[in-house]
Amino acid sequence: MSRVPLPYSQKILELFRNPKNLGKMEDATVSAVAGNPQCGDMITFYLKINDQDVVEKATFESYGCAANIATSSIVTEKVRGMKLEDAWKISWKSIAEDVGGLPAVKFHCGILAVGALRRAIRAYYKMKGQKPEWLPEELTFEEKQALEEEELAKILAKKMKTAEEGSKNV
Amino acid sequence: MVENVRELLKAHEGLKHEVYLDIENSSFVPADVLEAMLPYFNQRAYGNPTLTHKPGWEAFEAIMESAQKIAGYLGCKNLEEVNFTPGETEANNLALLGTTLQMRSKGKKIVISEIEPLSVVHVAEMLAKNGFSVVKIPVNNEGFINLEKLKESVDRETVLASFSTVNHEIGTIQPIKEITRIVKDKNPNALVHTDASDAYGKIPFNVQETGVDMATISSYKILGPRGVGALYVREGVNIERILEGQIGTQKLWPGVENTPLIVGFAKASKLMFEKFEENVRHMKKLRNMLIEGIMGKIPDVRLNGPKGEKRAPDNVNISFLRCEGEALTIELSLNGVYVSSGSACTRRILQPSHVLTAIGRRFEEAHGSILMKVTRLHTEEDIKYVLEVLPKAVERLRGITGSTVVE
Repeated sequence: MSRVPLPYSQKILELFRNPKNLGKMEDATVSAVAGNPQCGDMITFYLKINDQDVVEKATFESYGCAANIATSSIVTEKVRGMKLEDAWKISWKSIAEDVGGLPAVKFHCGILAVGALRRAIRAYYKMKGQKPEWLPEELTFEEKQALEEEELAKILAKKMKTAEEGSKNV
Repeated sequence: MVENVRELLKAHEGLKHEVYLDIENSSFVPADVLEAMLPYFNQRAYGNPTLTHKPGWEAFEAIMESAQKIAGYLGCKNLEEVNFTPGETEANNLALLGTTLQMRSKGKKIVISEIEPLSVVHVAEMLAKNGFSVVKIPVNNEGFINLEKLKESVDRETVLASFSTVNHEIGTIQPIKEITRIVKDKNPNALVHTDASDAYGKIPFNVQETGVDMATISSYKILGPRGVGALYVREGVNIERILEGQIGTQKLWPGVENTPLIVGFAKASKLMFEKFEENVRHMKKLRNMLIEGIMGKIPDVRLNGPKGEKRAPDNVNISFLRCEGEALTIELSLNGVYVSSGSACTRRILQPSHVLTAIGRRFEEAHGSILMKVTRLHTEEDIKYVLEVLPKAVERLRGITGSTVVE
């Protein structure tokens, strides 16, 4: 439970102060969530996708730290005008680079942002009943990590609840 | 990485007002305390207090006078009961490890609460790995320990009970006298330690009256310098040293005494205690102004810890729903208000503050918590400024959260 210094980059600070593409998109083609309030990290992406499978517009909402807000913001900027096939290839490492580097304890923010994006892409094709060749069956690293973080937070939250019941041995 | 920090600092240029409220984690040293310390670095008493020369004897005198003052404020029988350490962490380690080392043949059980500071919790966990049984007493939703459970838990095997007098995060004032009596009734040989770092100088606290065997106090929490604290150990109570080396004036802590810091600690104590009533009244006024201002101006907030007289006069801990704590500390910092958060985002792992979860706060409530402590030197203008900045900060961040978190 130690704390670490968080020397955020200038880019993260800039996007934290002035996030791009912020807010719910009412006419979104698809949206997806990653994380949950128990983790203290939660992102919703809204994508407007045209019939060429190109992202016309992306917006986000984020309940999370400065790194979470910045990585979400950069994802929305990056995918705009991209074909979904190319958007799928964005890795959390490239997002981390784009925000001027993430402190190690904040890698999961980049991972969560990419995880949410990929969930949105999957949701889109599921909705259309299509299965492009490039879309893998198996969950990718980022999607698995997002899932793991969500599960872990649930387990910890549950553990805390049972711990309230009485005195216990460590 | 330091380049990044330089940029972060640059982003703070041109602040019109600054208010430091993160007394939990470090503090500023007021000019009068600093002034009292300065001669001891280079003009006098820079010798080792155990050596036979003038600068050494000067140091001896300064350390004993400082111990005498602090012993007086604590209500000690004599100044030998005050053992200077490099801080609260070290004093708590000394109390727990020193006692268990000394008494390990008499029993292997210690009792603490769920909401102790990490310098107690983590040491207890270390002892648990080394053959001790550790019982953590639960607390209610205001942070008061369950006295029935305490009664049930203390037995003949118990060598130590350690409970903070005032909780460091939520300001709960425990009935430490009653706690001590319960422990001693069940087992007169068990020692009682209290971390009184958040009590010393803030609520009436007297080692004789409470009956504790050991008490930790910290310098920076009363606006003294960092790097010094003390462990009161009642005369006649024996605990072992946890570090070995050259023993000087401090029989429980080896190494060369840091005279200027000890002098600063005593000076800060004097400033706190010579106007104790006035200082406490001032802190309470600012604390109430801050709590009432926040609760009145900002919707969806929760006060963590008890209200009124059961709460430490300096402590404000509030959860802002739909607003993540780390983001809020940064937003406030950019506006000149310096606070800390119980959010997991400020830590290495996903778990938020163990104190807040122990009082039944949900994770999402703990993540949005902010801890602030007022001091005798803060002003009404400071609090007004915080109340001007904070609602805007929360509103902006809730705007980013949007509909993501539905309560």
